[in-house]
Amino acid sequence: MSSAPQWKNPVIRWVDERLPVFTYIDHEYNQFPVPKNLNYFWNFGALAMIVLVTMVVTGIVLAMQYTPHVDYAFGSVERIMRDVNYGWLIRYIHMNGGSMFFIIVYIHIFRGLYYGSYKSPRELLWMLGVVILLLMMATAFLGYVLPWGQMSFWGATVITNLFSALPIIGEPIVTWLWGGFAVDNATLNRFFSLHYLMPFVLFAVVGLHVVALHVTGSNNPTGIEIKGPQDSVPFNPYFTAKDSVGLGVFLIFFAYFVFFAPNFFGEVDNYIEANPMQTPPHIVPEWYFLPFYAMLRAITFDVFFIPAKLLGVMVMGASIMILFIVPWLDTSKVRSARYRPVYKWLFWVLVIDCFVLGYVGAKPPEGVLVLMGQLGTAYYFLHFLVIMPIVGKLETPLPLPASISEAVSGGSANSSPSGMEKP
Amino acid sequence: MRKTVIGVAAAVLITISGQAMASGGIELPKQHWSFEGIFGTYDRGEAQRGLQVYSEVCAGCHGLSLIYYRNLMGLGYTKDQVKAFAAEYEVEDGPNDEGEMYMRPAKPSDRFVNPFPNDKAARAGNNGALPPDLSLVVEARVGGPNYLYNLMAGYVEPPAGVSVMEGMSYNAYYPGHQIAMPSPLSDEAVEYADGTKATVAQMARDVTTFLTWASEPNMEERKGMGIKVLLFLIVLTGMLIAVKKKIWADVH
Ligand code: HEC
Ligand code: HEM
Repeated sequence: MSSAPQWKNPVIRWVDERLPVFTYIDHEYNQFPVPKNLNYFWNFGALAMIVLVTMVVTGIVLAMQYTPHVDYAFGSVERIMRDVNYGWLIRYIHMNGGSMFFIIVYIHIFRGLYYGSYKSPRELLWMLGVVILLLMMATAFLGYVLPWGQMSFWGATVITNLFSALPIIGEPIVTWLWGGFAVDNATLNRFFSLHYLMPFVLFAVVGLHVVALHVTGSNNPTGIEIKGPQDSVPFNPYFTAKDSVGLGVFLIFFAYFVFFAPNFFGEVDNYIEANPMQTPPHIVPEWYFLPFYAMLRAITFDVFFIPAKLLGVMVMGASIMILFIVPWLDTSKVRSARYRPVYKWLFWVLVIDCFVLGYVGAKPPEGVLVLMGQLGTAYYFLHFLVIMPIVGKLETPLPLPASISEAVSGGSANSSPSGMEKP
Repeated sequence: MRKTVIGVAAAVLITISGQAMASGGIELPKQHWSFEGIFGTYDRGEAQRGLQVYSEVCAGCHGLSLIYYRNLMGLGYTKDQVKAFAAEYEVEDGPNDEGEMYMRPAKPSDRFVNPFPNDKAARAGNNGALPPDLSLVVEARVGGPNYLYNLMAGYVEPPAGVSVMEGMSYNAYYPGHQIAMPSPLSDEAVEYADGTKATVAQMARDVTTFLTWASEPNMEERKGMGIKVLLFLIVLTGMLIAVKKKIWADVH
């Protein structure tokens, strides 16, 4: 199936014999065998890649007019919006692109959790994904500071201040991060520098993620491996076509926000220029950080000698770090929740839990919301630390189909080899 | 398919939780606006009257510093009208060949002139309160145009038992209800050039439309382009679906 192609074009052949890029592309994106039963949830990786490229392109264009200085940053963004030709378009794409990126990646992650895509042999692939999530969060946080609105400034102040929770080294670290004794011009400059750098680091890690994927191949909704040629189709044209459909639908969704509700995901306070003398009534991060913010604030009590603030930071950090060990926390013999009658429901409870935490994160921490945040946080960790290992052991999975083909046609495993030779 | 539906539902949920986040505080009665919806445009009559309200009333205290006089052509004024309008204001320019700063009439390429030379002067003229620049005020407040409209029309007698501090006014829609801006509008505060009756409600509407335009002068271009882009994407996606079906037809 993966025979080395004979390149007809002499230039291509000349290059390929010395540096086999064309053969590589042919292998990995043309012939690459993909389980034929992937559903549309398998579109989101490709979509994330496209959004990453979009962010880099629009970001570089924005940087041509943006001024990283406390006195001019806000004004330069408004200049982009009003006076630069199509500046509003570029900025709204970049601004909403950030939100799209997280919507896509969160769906991508929950897809992995549902179908057990993190299980052997895809552990490293999954862990690289968690690294990507961390880098994205850093990038988005840094970027949000750049327009230098009220939320930019106060968000940066609150989040950088978290480091001061660390004993002894906390305060010096914060001063070092700020480049001074407050969030100020030096902070804005370094944030811009790092915001420009991070996406390229992301590219590198995404590259590794894709290489790892092409070693193991894609998981699929049944969670069973490809058993023979009848179970797979070549990536091209089957998945180029299917990914294109997903891309079209996604672009409609994206364009709706860019053109008709561009400030939907934003905070109104960020249209007020940063003012260190005036704290906004309540400081909220961007929506994609809300569940984590809720966990940070859930810890309102000291435990032994650990103060609440430090514990909150640790809990928030742990909520992401725990994802790294998910492949070893899940003890189930089968991958896909489709064949796990109990876990299937617990998965959805986790999803709801994340929405609840997001809601709590958006509200001021008062009254019953504090308790909701604490219970939500407890459940989040309960899911990974207790439910995953125990349910995996106790639950009796449903019988697995003999092969992907059988699952798809519901009949014989050796149904037709289905268009493998399609041009 | 079921999974796709769930995916869409999740997106909708995110959407709703976003909306729930934005509201909060005082309930704002909604007005109907010409610029709402995907086909919305700024009502030129309202916006032009709003400019008149802004320049005759609000400009005494509030700047509009992100707007250039030339931008007014976007509201349907001719170049000459804009020139004449700008020339009513004076800006500092220079230094000239003698090294002196001097005053000259504003040009279309100038920004709207601020009423005060700096924030301190603005505070000094307003009992210590700072009248914010209005260029972005509609985007910078929860409720946007509905907030602004209700704020303008929301000066009422304080409810029994509520005492208003010295130099403050009671406003039904301002967070905390005590605002340092005295009611800026009263009936017949301006005499409209087009003969429209200048009630408080009318002026509040007009100035809101004008300031919404000031917050986002490119909105019409944005929505116009958006409709074309969406139509294109819908047709494209339809074609991609057809292609995909054809390619997958023989896979079972
Ligand atoms: C006499 C000076 C004065 C005039 C005239 C005036 N304002 Fe104000 N305005 C103020 C001051 C002072 C504040 C600050 C209020 C505060 O901080 O309590 C303010 C605040 C505002 C706010 C912000 C409210 C908020 O949510 O923070 C808006 C919007 C506003 N004015 C609109 C207008 C409009 C529109 C007009 C013209 C119709 C106008 N103002 C005329 C002095 C004025
Ligand atoms: C991983 C990809 C990226 C993410 C998630 C991201 C995220 C963000 C976010 C959330 C903002 C704030 C938007 C706003 O409120 O206006 C922002 C602003 C900005 N970003 Fe990025 N960004 C990415 C890549 C880039 C790249 C590669 C550049 C190139 C230099 C860039 C340049 C900028 C600039 C100049 C701004 C400030 C202008 C503005 O506020 O619109 N970004 N980014």
